[in-house]
Amino acid sequence: MTMNSLTTVPTWARLPRRHVPVLATLALLLVMYGIGVSQYRAFSNIQVIFNVFIDNGFLLVVAVGMTFVILTGGIDLSVGSVVAMTAMVSAWLLQSGLPALLVLVIALLIGPTLGFLMGCAIHFFEIQPFIVTLAGMFFARGMCTFISGASIPITDGFWTTMSQYRIGDPRGNFVSVSVLVAFAVAAVAAYVLAYTRLGRNVYAIGGNPQSALLMGLPVGRTRIAVYTISGLCSAIGGILLSFYTLSGAPLIAVGMELDVIAAVVIGGTVLTGGSGYVFGTVLGVLVLGVIQTLITFDGSLNSWWTKIVIGGLLFAFILLQRLIGIRYK
Amino acid sequence: MSDAKNRFQAMVGHRLFWPVAVLVVMLAANTLYRPGFLTIEVKDGHLYGTPIDILRLSAPLILVALGMTLVISTGGIDLSVGSVCAISGAIACLYISKAPDQNALGMVLTALAMAIGAALVLGAWNGILVSVIGIQPIIATLILMVAGRGLAQLITEGQIITINSGPYRAIGLGHFLTLPLAIFIALAAALLVAAFTRRTALGMIIESVGGNREASRLAGIRSGRVVFLVYVVSAVCAAIAGFMMTANVSSADGNSAGLWVELDAILAVVIGGTSLAGGRFFLSGTILGALIIQTLTTTVYAMNISPQTALLFKAVVVIVVCLVQAPAFRARFSRRRPGAAPPEASPQRQKEQVPA
Repeated sequence: MTMNSLTTVPTWARLPRRHVPVLATLALLLVMYGIGVSQYRAFSNIQVIFNVFIDNGFLLVVAVGMTFVILTGGIDLSVGSVVAMTAMVSAWLLQSGLPALLVLVIALLIGPTLGFLMGCAIHFFEIQPFIVTLAGMFFARGMCTFISGASIPITDGFWTTMSQYRIGDPRGNFVSVSVLVAFAVAAVAAYVLAYTRLGRNVYAIGGNPQSALLMGLPVGRTRIAVYTISGLCSAIGGILLSFYTLSGAPLIAVGMELDVIAAVVIGGTVLTGGSGYVFGTVLGVLVLGVIQTLITFDGSLNSWWTKIVIGGLLFAFILLQRLIGIRYK
Repeated sequence: MSDAKNRFQAMVGHRLFWPVAVLVVMLAANTLYRPGFLTIEVKDGHLYGTPIDILRLSAPLILVALGMTLVISTGGIDLSVGSVCAISGAIACLYISKAPDQNALGMVLTALAMAIGAALVLGAWNGILVSVIGIQPIIATLILMVAGRGLAQLITEGQIITINSGPYRAIGLGHFLTLPLAIFIALAAALLVAAFTRRTALGMIIESVGGNREASRLAGIRSGRVVFLVYVVSAVCAAIAGFMMTANVSSADGNSAGLWVELDAILAVVIGGTSLAGGRFFLSGTILGALIIQTLTTTVYAMNISPQTALLFKAVVVIVVCLVQAPAFRARFSRRRPGAAPPEASPQRQKEQVPA
């Protein structure tokens, strides 16, 4: 992009470069939705959109947590396993007769604790996030089967109510509780990133950790905080998943970390850190959801096409980020 | 007295000390738990026993980890090896299953050549993304990791392809000179890689590119080509490992073949002392790392613990090994013992660690 082409564009039409990936994702989402509506009559039903949210509420929450980590230039591979562990622990505790509220508190504490420990290992011992969270992933997945090798059903009243409660017209268009929770988490995260000191620190560390340190920003505290936040989001995601499936299964959410990373990248967050928005992540999750819906509607395409399409989209978006010249290491 | 102390310190300071120590401790614990653990017996002219099993089963992991070592030493990472294993295994099995005579040697060789050709293409794709387009390696290979599983399932059409081919099965289960053939394949690959990297300048060039790609380029090394090359080598290693995995079970499953092998391979490389930041690599350490991981898996199976719970042990090993190797942890540990000399952080770890 040369200066000439910039100066010829009027000020109001000039796009900040860092907005381009998010807008591209939005355009892609609209195009995909348009294709769906033009191809399948039932697609225009508003409930299709609601179902995308209902089916991907937990993914959205986890992806929001991952956005924090990726913004600092780190990565968290443990999210899928932590989701499974949270669901597993809550199912197990409920089965052994603990009150629902207590179970909720315990389940929500496990994820952040693990995240905090991983953050400490990353910061104090300077081990790469990749390896530390890989160990966390193994640990959490191992804990799942340690608790039980088989799936545990949840029959608790609170859980079944949360699972079946429909907001809106119960016979017409409705959303589930998890959608509201997911939106609340996304809204809080967007606020934290945009308007609080912690959010600024996250962007600053992702931009350049050395400079952030020299500026006197609390690099260590922020870095530990983002892994704790990611752990908390995974725990919330795990609770939402247990609302959705009403069970805890040791092998649930295997490979979910890849979907989450894909959603964050498609949403325009740069993997080296320092640039990206929660709104983009929401769009990224929606893109994944709409792809799945399109493939389900088509019927003739097999499920493995989902993976191929997601891979292709990842490629396209990374190429786009590269082309518009967002800083890459 | 001080001489012995110095010698002990030199031994502890050796980069292979901790991996070897972990392996020895694990083998000793196994022998204590099950006295027959180390016995090897001869049956039908072949050697049998748990140590042989460990060697045979670790062969695919050694292959994948060899390629991974080269990739990591350039400062990159290859997440797609598991998918490449699945794709190459699927292509070979598909071709063999369509053949009229599944035992024809020439046909099996054609199948292997086709699968290796596909692996070359996939490796080249990764290499181009990283070296030409300049995408971060972890993401560039993530694309193929996600899409590759889909491709493998596309090839097998979501089915598990079973074959009944003697020559192909030999890759995984055959014997040569009383030992499993897979061991020799892994050994040959290791020697080949070692010869090319340590007997020629190639190894040093790879390390220099990992140390500083731009500086190497200015010094007259074609950095881009070196980076491209290591991804191709990694894919070919993964393809051969994929043959072994599918030959072991005489079937190709696009979904589960080579699942999580990339994580095990990265683990083996890290346990072997190669820094994820790049700039230095240790093939012997990598092979030891792969053996440690396979011994751990076998141990856990032998103790009747479910394979999934084995992940708990793996997590502990990863954390312990990484902590022991982390310079920050060593420094902290040595400060508590004022008598001991501060352990010299090995020169290869002086490099600033870049978050993955």
